[in-house]
Amino acid sequence: MKTDKAPSKNKTLVTKLLFAVVGMFAFGFALVPLYDVICDITGLNGKTNNLAIQAEAGEIIDETREITVQFIARENADMNWGFTPSSAQVKVQPGEVNMISYKVTNSSDRVMVGQAIPSVAPNGAAGHLNKVECFCFEEQVLQPGESADMPLRFFVDPALPTDISKLTLSYTLYDITEKSSKLKAVAAR
Amino acid sequence: MSAAHDHHHGPAKGISRWLFTTNHKDIGSMYLWFSFAMFLLGGTFALVIRAELFQPGLQFVEPNFFNQMTTMHGLIMVFGAVMPAFVGLANWMIPLMIGAPDMALPRMNNWSFWILPFAFAMMVSTLFMDGGGPNFGWTFYAPLSTTYAPPSTTFFIFAVHILGASSIMGAINVIATILNMRAPGMTLMKMPLFVWTWLITAYLLIAVMPVLAGVVTMMLFDIHFGTAFFDAAGGGDPVLFQHLFWFFGHPEVYIMILPAFGIVSAIIPTFARKRLFGYDSMVYATASIAFLSFIVWAHHMFTVGMPLAGQLFFMYATMLIAVPTGVKVFNWVATMFRGSMTFETPMLFAIAFVVLFTIGGFTGVMLAITPVDFQYHDTYFVVAHFHYVLVPGAVFSLMAAAYYWLPKWTGYMYDETLGKLHFWLSFIGVNLLFFPQHFLGLAGMPRRIPDYALQFADFNWISSVGGFLFGFSQLILLFVIIKCIRGGKKASAQVWEGAQGLEWTVASPAPYHTFETPPDPALIKAQ
Repeated sequence: MKTDKAPSKNKTLVTKLLFAVVGMFAFGFALVPLYDVICDITGLNGKTNNLAIQAEAGEIIDETREITVQFIARENADMNWGFTPSSAQVKVQPGEVNMISYKVTNSSDRVMVGQAIPSVAPNGAAGHLNKVECFCFEEQVLQPGESADMPLRFFVDPALPTDISKLTLSYTLYDITEKSSKLKAVAAR
Repeated sequence: MSAAHDHHHGPAKGISRWLFTTNHKDIGSMYLWFSFAMFLLGGTFALVIRAELFQPGLQFVEPNFFNQMTTMHGLIMVFGAVMPAFVGLANWMIPLMIGAPDMALPRMNNWSFWILPFAFAMMVSTLFMDGGGPNFGWTFYAPLSTTYAPPSTTFFIFAVHILGASSIMGAINVIATILNMRAPGMTLMKMPLFVWTWLITAYLLIAVMPVLAGVVTMMLFDIHFGTAFFDAAGGGDPVLFQHLFWFFGHPEVYIMILPAFGIVSAIIPTFARKRLFGYDSMVYATASIAFLSFIVWAHHMFTVGMPLAGQLFFMYATMLIAVPTGVKVFNWVATMFRGSMTFETPMLFAIAFVVLFTIGGFTGVMLAITPVDFQYHDTYFVVAHFHYVLVPGAVFSLMAAAYYWLPKWTGYMYDETLGKLHFWLSFIGVNLLFFPQHFLGLAGMPRRIPDYALQFADFNWISSVGGFLFGFSQLILLFVIIKCIRGGKKASAQVWEGAQGLEWTVASPAPYHTFETPPDPALIKAQ
């Protein structure tokens, strides 16, 4: 069209569309925290709290229910620490603080750093498994041949939906030696 | 238009014509040739796959190279063949259809084409690098494409950035052309459906290509800068990758099919010699499909472990897409009903599109059923499904478009006998190729494997024969196009007896410059 308006009309439209492009690019990145928030609220991807929750003194223990908590420990890809829980499952009552430990041995000949990542099944249970103390809150450094007992203290929230009587807590142990900041601190010492 | 006028505004001579052109017809032609070259390259990769799968055991290629072939085949066909071909048609036809002299942003148009060959040169060159090219499937799920990826993945990421930029520029150009350059009297609801479907497709591109760019950027950061977007050890989540990818990926599949709907909606009325049935409903159906495409992405990932409510939502939303799609299919059938039909090559491809695309649509509804999807997931049933919608769907529509508009582009009629031969060989080939894959999938054959259990041998044998038949038939198309460019029966401006629309009011071949003055509004009819 040979009108004088056409170029400025194009300019306005293209500017708007470019804003849309930049906006959608930003939206892609915004989806990352959004995803975490949604997972936090709904407990969908099985992630548990990654900060210690203090069990209130006098937490009401629901003695009418018994929940079976199963423990799974596995090592990712090249990790060979021999990672096992002290028991495969325990029966607990909601509100009562329990403790188990995981044994690890670094059988390699180098200093390694491990990071355990939790996942809870079924979906609805993740938000109700509260950890008072957990090795998964921090990186674990083991010297060659060193062994350690890593403690986990937890309680099941009495608000756990009544249709859940069994839940599984799975830890995957990752080798993060190369990425770890802790190892650098150890090396500097 | 006088001859002297023509002389001053004719194309430049030699290679510089193609390098520096801002003419929508030149750029359209380059897009179409580029996509045809990519179609043959991606097809060659597919034949490597089918040769390897001809019988059980490892015959020709190493498993890692096989994986590179499946990956590159997908990437090249999606981003190199189908998408640029539709952009090429948009360049050629949209200005002609809406009575505009050119695209709204001709220089950007030149740029958006010319960065494509570089993107694909970079992507294909990864095959020759240490560790080989991308081998993680065209969906490049993390951590396969991050932690376990070959070193060449960085080049793959930049290639995706470039072709994404190309698509976005193309989309902006299409929107600006359609919204600002329509001839007086060409109201939105008088636009041909191809223009409508492209307008909606362009908006889809603008909405999702930046998300894809974001995803590959996150991969780049994970690989090189120690972030952990998709790395569980660092607090990220590989499932997040799938959500982000399919948020792009599902609208992407409609990007590849909506323009095809537009093409078929142009061809069927021409050869049925009737107006398109239900034009308005076609427009609304297209818009509905585009909207729904944003809220169904998780049906690609039912098996990641989703709550029941999520599975139900994505299942029902996906099934809902069958409604507007059904509207379209019924409209095409109603257009043909009691029409004076003739069966030239474009019409044959268009009818095959309606039938075979619908088969692909039905298997799509089957896959939408969550509990059933748990069985079908990652099997050849999925492969059969999306190849039915993409090959006899999108690709057949492109071939239909090529035959339909070739006389307008070249000024000569193509060889009808060879065209029909090409159609029938393609039709038989494509069904031999993909129909048995439904059975393979139902019987449990997983996708992306170079070797398979013995019980799958027979159907794979048939599928491979169909693959080679279909693949080599495409050389006929190449021959027909070259023959048509070099000469043949002179085509009239109208070309097809029943053809409607502004593109048929200009001479054949379409002059280098058209609609420098807007067309007579009386020529613009309601669809």
